Amino acid sequence: MKENKVRKEPLIKLSRREDIDRKHSWTYRALAIVAALILDAIIIMVTVHMNPLDIYETMFMGAFGTSRKVWITLKDLSLLLLISIALTPAYKMKFWNLGGEGQVLMGAWATAFCMLYLGDKLPHGVLLLVMFLAAIVVGAIWAMIPAVFKAKWGTNETLFTLMMNYVAIQLIAYFVIKWEVPKGSGHVGIINQSTQAGWLPYIGTNSYALIVILVAIVTVGMYVYLKYSKHGYEISVVGESQRTATYVGISVDKVIIRTLFLSGAICGFAGWLMVSGSGHTITTSIAGGMGFTGIMVSWLAQFNVIVMILCSLLIVFMGHGASEIATSFGLNEAFGDILTGIIIFFIIGVEFFIHYKVHTRKSGKEVA
Amino acid sequence: MKKVLSLVLALTMVFAFTLTFTGCGGSEEEGNSDSAMKAGFICLHDENSTYDKNFIDAANAACEELGVEAIIKTNVPEGQECYEAAAELVDAGCGIVFADSFGHEDYMIQAAKDFPDVQFCHSTGTKAHTEGLDNYHNAFASIYQGRYLAGIAAGMKLNEMIEKGDITADQAKIGYVGAFTYAEVVSGYTSFFLGARSVCESATMEVTFTGSWYDETLEKEGANKLINDGCVLLSQHADSMGAPTACENAGVPDVSYNGSTVESCPETFIVSSRIDWVPYYEYCIQAVQNGETIDADWTGDLKTGSVVLTEINENVAAEGTAEAIEEATEGLKDGSIQVFDTSAFTVTVDKEKKINLNATVDADGHVTEYNADVDTDPEYKGDTNVIEDGAFMESKFRSAPYFDLQIDGITLLDTKF
Repeated sequence: MKENKVRKEPLIKLSRREDIDRKHSWTYRALAIVAALILDAIIIMVTVHMNPLDIYETMFMGAFGTSRKVWITLKDLSLLLLISIALTPAYKMKFWNLGGEGQVLMGAWATAFCMLYLGDKLPHGVLLLVMFLAAIVVGAIWAMIPAVFKAKWGTNETLFTLMMNYVAIQLIAYFVIKWEVPKGSGHVGIINQSTQAGWLPYIGTNSYALIVILVAIVTVGMYVYLKYSKHGYEISVVGESQRTATYVGISVDKVIIRTLFLSGAICGFAGWLMVSGSGHTITTSIAGGMGFTGIMVSWLAQFNVIVMILCSLLIVFMGHGASEIATSFGLNEAFGDILTGIIIFFIIGVEFFIHYKVHTRKSGKEVA
Repeated sequence: MKKVLSLVLALTMVFAFTLTFTGCGGSEEEGNSDSAMKAGFICLHDENSTYDKNFIDAANAACEELGVEAIIKTNVPEGQECYEAAAELVDAGCGIVFADSFGHEDYMIQAAKDFPDVQFCHSTGTKAHTEGLDNYHNAFASIYQGRYLAGIAAGMKLNEMIEKGDITADQAKIGYVGAFTYAEVVSGYTSFFLGARSVCESATMEVTFTGSWYDETLEKEGANKLINDGCVLLSQHADSMGAPTACENAGVPDVSYNGSTVESCPETFIVSSRIDWVPYYEYCIQAVQNGETIDADWTGDLKTGSVVLTEINENVAAEGTAEAIEEATEGLKDGSIQVFDTSAFTVTVDKEKKINLNATVDADGHVTEYNADVDTDPEYKGDTNVIEDGAFMESKFRSAPYFDLQIDGITLLDTKF
């Protein structure tokens, strides 16, 4: 008996698909979203006894209901996209940079520092430039510290970059106490509210348009950099195999440090936009966890810059939707997060079925 | 297999689209029919925070009373999100927008500048009386009176413990979990302590700070630290259930804040003081309805019904607590009791450690003059003498508290925040 069993094929067998065409993979993805929406609908009906379509519609209105909401969505989308883009070259190189949050925070810190200490000393244009340079340099340094350790001494970058986040958070916590107004309140408040020194200029009356434009430029730049430049090619070679890279004469250490410099600089740039363009303050939570969400966006899009726009949009949209249903229906925001979680779970799950065939024992046929 | 799949997919999509479009059509009709006034509320957390729950309950009660639609936005951080939330509430048709957390202030001011036709009211803020905007207002309540009354309940409990022989008079040490070394917190624990000491002369107090307005773990740890340090009764100024829960687990009596915690802590909860925001919300909304102006800086008190105590938990509270509180309430109302009566406490000025530098004290350590930082500025310069008729006049020159003296008898365990 036993021997018979052993000889039998396993109940479920996986094999890697080599022949995925675009049309089919997108069909599966669309199907996954529909399935997730149906499951969400069932959860809505069973738990809160509401019409799921009302909830979906409210979520949609929460993100796109008014032109102001559209701009807020666009701004949030841009910032998340920018951080995802910043992290991507490192991931493509298989360098596990979990330190995006800290790099953004340090960029934000450098920006706030310049606004506070140079706000009344420099003309506005010069101040913006100094803030910008300070933010990208500080962000880049924060990313390069683990990169140099990795390149020179082979330290584990996962832990190192992660720990650098906490160092950044504690540093900022210290400076918030140092800069707080009034004393003991734990708040820096809006910096230069009366003079607007160091604030990113509005386009007309729109305070977010410039952020969206700047991020669009960086997005295109990163797309070209990764796809058509020599650096981009070197990054993918190092990512595929460091030995191959060494064999063809690529200096792996140099590529690691250079790429992390770029990653950190863009994260710093994001920090600059957050402080100078949007919040005009500094807190330990100003990056809002986007340094981590960006990791998900980057991987979900499989490092494709264009797909990242869609992924960021989805995540920002769901976030705004969740808070809108909290406001409109008095449902706790956590409920919206549950709905979002299910959709993201399905989207990540379907990637598995796109890349692997599942064979069952009886039929040997694939199951979608 | 594939054919079936594509068929299912096509059907689902058609189905979804039809429903979506019919859904959208419905909403446009609804959107056109707004005529009644709306009031917007911005809250830092949701109803899981005792602090925000206190505001949300008041918002709903006031709006229901006045027949006004309330739009409540929860979990709004103290950043650009607050400005965005305020602007969206204006877009949604709100004639008045309230915010509940200190860090919202600058963003509310920004919104007030951008939307001059809408009234913006900010609780706990400090800048309205110097900002000079017609449509931006601060409010607070003289909650130090409520703390003082709650302190009397604590002092009675200490007396009971001493009489029973559970502790000696020297061991009557109160623990207090604070958030920051901010005037609002200092004013709160000092008035609480003075209330307790007014009935239990040997009472002392230790205070620890969490560096956060809402952090359940830190507040619990802080409370446990105080209990291990020999504190026999606790109170807190931080917004989670951390400290009350720690007290219930350790069997240490607790005077709560922002509302009753008797349901979770039936064995240890004594009483709680809180600000009732309903009078303020009704006052502001009615002012907008009648086209009247709202005070730039509004202070509620026992008389306006803004400072209230919850029901006393008779299982835990000492005998006669209710009567003692009632008596003191009358005294506070008619002015015969001043919470910060300068003869009731002494102060040590320490030039080296830079403690109480703004105070002038006589030979006995009683304050004769105090230069408080009423007009907020980054240098925290004292600008107003707030000692009048032998008492520190809290919430008189500005609604938000400015009492930040360190009085003798209270030990601060950590002041890094």
